[in-house]
Amino acid sequence: MKIAENTFGSRYHVDEKGFYGRFGGAYVPEMLYPNVEELQTNYLQILRDPGFQQEFEQLLRDYVGRPSPLYLAKRLSEKYKANIYLKREDLNHTGAHKVNNTIGQILLAKRLGKTRVIAETGAGQHGVATATVCALMGIECVVYMGSIDIQRQAPNVARMRMLGATVVPATSGSKTLKDATNEAIRDWINNPVNTHYILGTAAGPHPYPDMVSRFQSVISEEIRKQLLEKTGKPNPDYVMACIGGGSNAAGAYYHFLDEPDVKLIAVEAGGKGVNSGFSAATTQLGKLGIIHASKTLLMQTEDGQITEPHSISAGLDYPGIGPLHAHLYETGRATFLNATDDEALQAAYELTRLEGIIPALESSHALAKLGEVGFKPDDVVVVCLSGRGDKDMETYIRNLPANTGDNA
Amino acid sequence: MSNRIDQLFAAKKNGILNIYCTAGFPELNDTLPVMRSLQAAGADLIELGMPFSDPLADGPVIQDSSTRAIRNGMSLRVLFEQLKDFRKEISVPVVLMGYLNPVLLYGIENFCKKCAEVGVDGVILPDLPMDEYESDYKAIFEQYGLHLIFLVTPETNDARLRKIDGLSRGFVYAVSSSSTTGKDKDMSHQQQYFERLKGMQLKNPVLIGFGIKDKATFDAACAYSNGAIIGTAFIRAIENTTNLDTAIRQFIAGVK
Repeated sequence: MKIAENTFGSRYHVDEKGFYGRFGGAYVPEMLYPNVEELQTNYLQILRDPGFQQEFEQLLRDYVGRPSPLYLAKRLSEKYKANIYLKREDLNHTGAHKVNNTIGQILLAKRLGKTRVIAETGAGQHGVATATVCALMGIECVVYMGSIDIQRQAPNVARMRMLGATVVPATSGSKTLKDATNEAIRDWINNPVNTHYILGTAAGPHPYPDMVSRFQSVISEEIRKQLLEKTGKPNPDYVMACIGGGSNAAGAYYHFLDEPDVKLIAVEAGGKGVNSGFSAATTQLGKLGIIHASKTLLMQTEDGQITEPHSISAGLDYPGIGPLHAHLYETGRATFLNATDDEALQAAYELTRLEGIIPALESSHALAKLGEVGFKPDDVVVVCLSGRGDKDMETYIRNLPANTGDNA
Repeated sequence: MSNRIDQLFAAKKNGILNIYCTAGFPELNDTLPVMRSLQAAGADLIELGMPFSDPLADGPVIQDSSTRAIRNGMSLRVLFEQLKDFRKEISVPVVLMGYLNPVLLYGIENFCKKCAEVGVDGVILPDLPMDEYESDYKAIFEQYGLHLIFLVTPETNDARLRKIDGLSRGFVYAVSSSSTTGKDKDMSHQQQYFERLKGMQLKNPVLIGFGIKDKATFDAACAYSNGAIIGTAFIRAIENTTNLDTAIRQFIAGVK
């Protein structure tokens, strides 16, 4: 397990100025400039340090439980007439891919001499993963979470508090993930010296999109190795992942970005339908702009005010998309689909019944499009099962179809 | 020297009072009445906020005023409409402050052109990176005689400060501490930073902002600079008033 090496020069990786094509950059006010510059200057050097890599690798193995299995889902494969493998990020400690990034960033924070960590969270998965590594390292942790999300994700709030984190409600704006991110950034402005901001997705100012992608790239690195063992070839025909900000997709795509025979499928949250006014399908509804210090596609009014997205999944409920993904969309390197709330729910029930795996609502969006890609029977398809569904049980139970459950 | 900001600093070196107010606040059509009262009460410079949904550098009070202004219907289009004839009655320099996203969507050139047309003198865009301004937009701003004012903070090192001073036109906006607007931090901790700023003898005048709220903090800031900027405290003073003009006059009288 190795953190991906420098790939400057590749068409799909970040350039020296922090851009992917015309997306990315660091649009930060001067108050944040020293913090961001400190990261820009140091992150590659720290990530390349053998001591850092060894510690990262050891924690991923012994603490997170990596490598996560690559599971050939037989009954799902029969149904969709292809060889469908699930990359089981749901089996990681804390239940999702988020922990790959928080392990990397907490080690980085320590090397930068930071004594306090802040984070934003939507569904609470990144908040839990951050609170977990802070407990592990004995570092103070403050998590910003929209006050509306605090209500709808109570179990994760309880987990974070049990882990010793302070959960601060974001009460400004729409009181969800976007506002939690604003509050975290403000905290960082007010505490520039001792605090590291563990951003949870492949978005925000450079170097976050690249740094988070590199930490998550362990996913695609393992996929290659595991596929080679199982099929004799390292490359699948398709890699599918859901996209909110885009960290699990960035990790699942990473080692395949420059392999043109591997088709990349991104599934956004369609909400109640792309044109319903209640959607989070950023590539379909967004325009070029700046959100959280990154130039990318984002949902906004004709006056340039950032709008509130909708998704049944709090983890995909974000009005922007990471700059890497905006670039993959614009260049056509990845195909973007979207799944509605209902389609995601049905996909979750289907996976549960066919394979005995209860997926997170986020991951269910990727599963929901298995029938629409047009696989050939020999195709090897990898779906990134980014998280498990424990946190979504209330939603699943509430929406359970009438023909499931007890037959008694 | 046609820019009103330059004229102001040529005529007055000390104690310059710059008041920030969000456009379209408290009510949509209060933009001009607020400016009128500010000018009458003796504000030297007016900073008009272009409201944005996600103002990263601002604290809750200014964000709430932005949210309210947006709900009132404020936008760049509406703002330029309101400012169409304001130079017939307002002579103090006016600076627009806001975030890059709405301006980008409006179009930088279009924006600069509109500012010049209505008589805006300068612009503050905290999230516009210096390098991008220099390579992509500087020529446009200069073509329309519009000053772009950059921020510096206690964490800005000397080399960067020199570069910012070189690019900034009109004045340099010195953020008094590492904070968002409206945060109370002990001004005395900033003395060393203010001394450093003063000692550097920048080519631009310096106005100090963030944490300035009353006569004491205003006077303290003025001891090290050409003047200071008040935003949050002013917003608080007018947000619930029934008589805008009286509230503004009382506020300014309390500071000067």
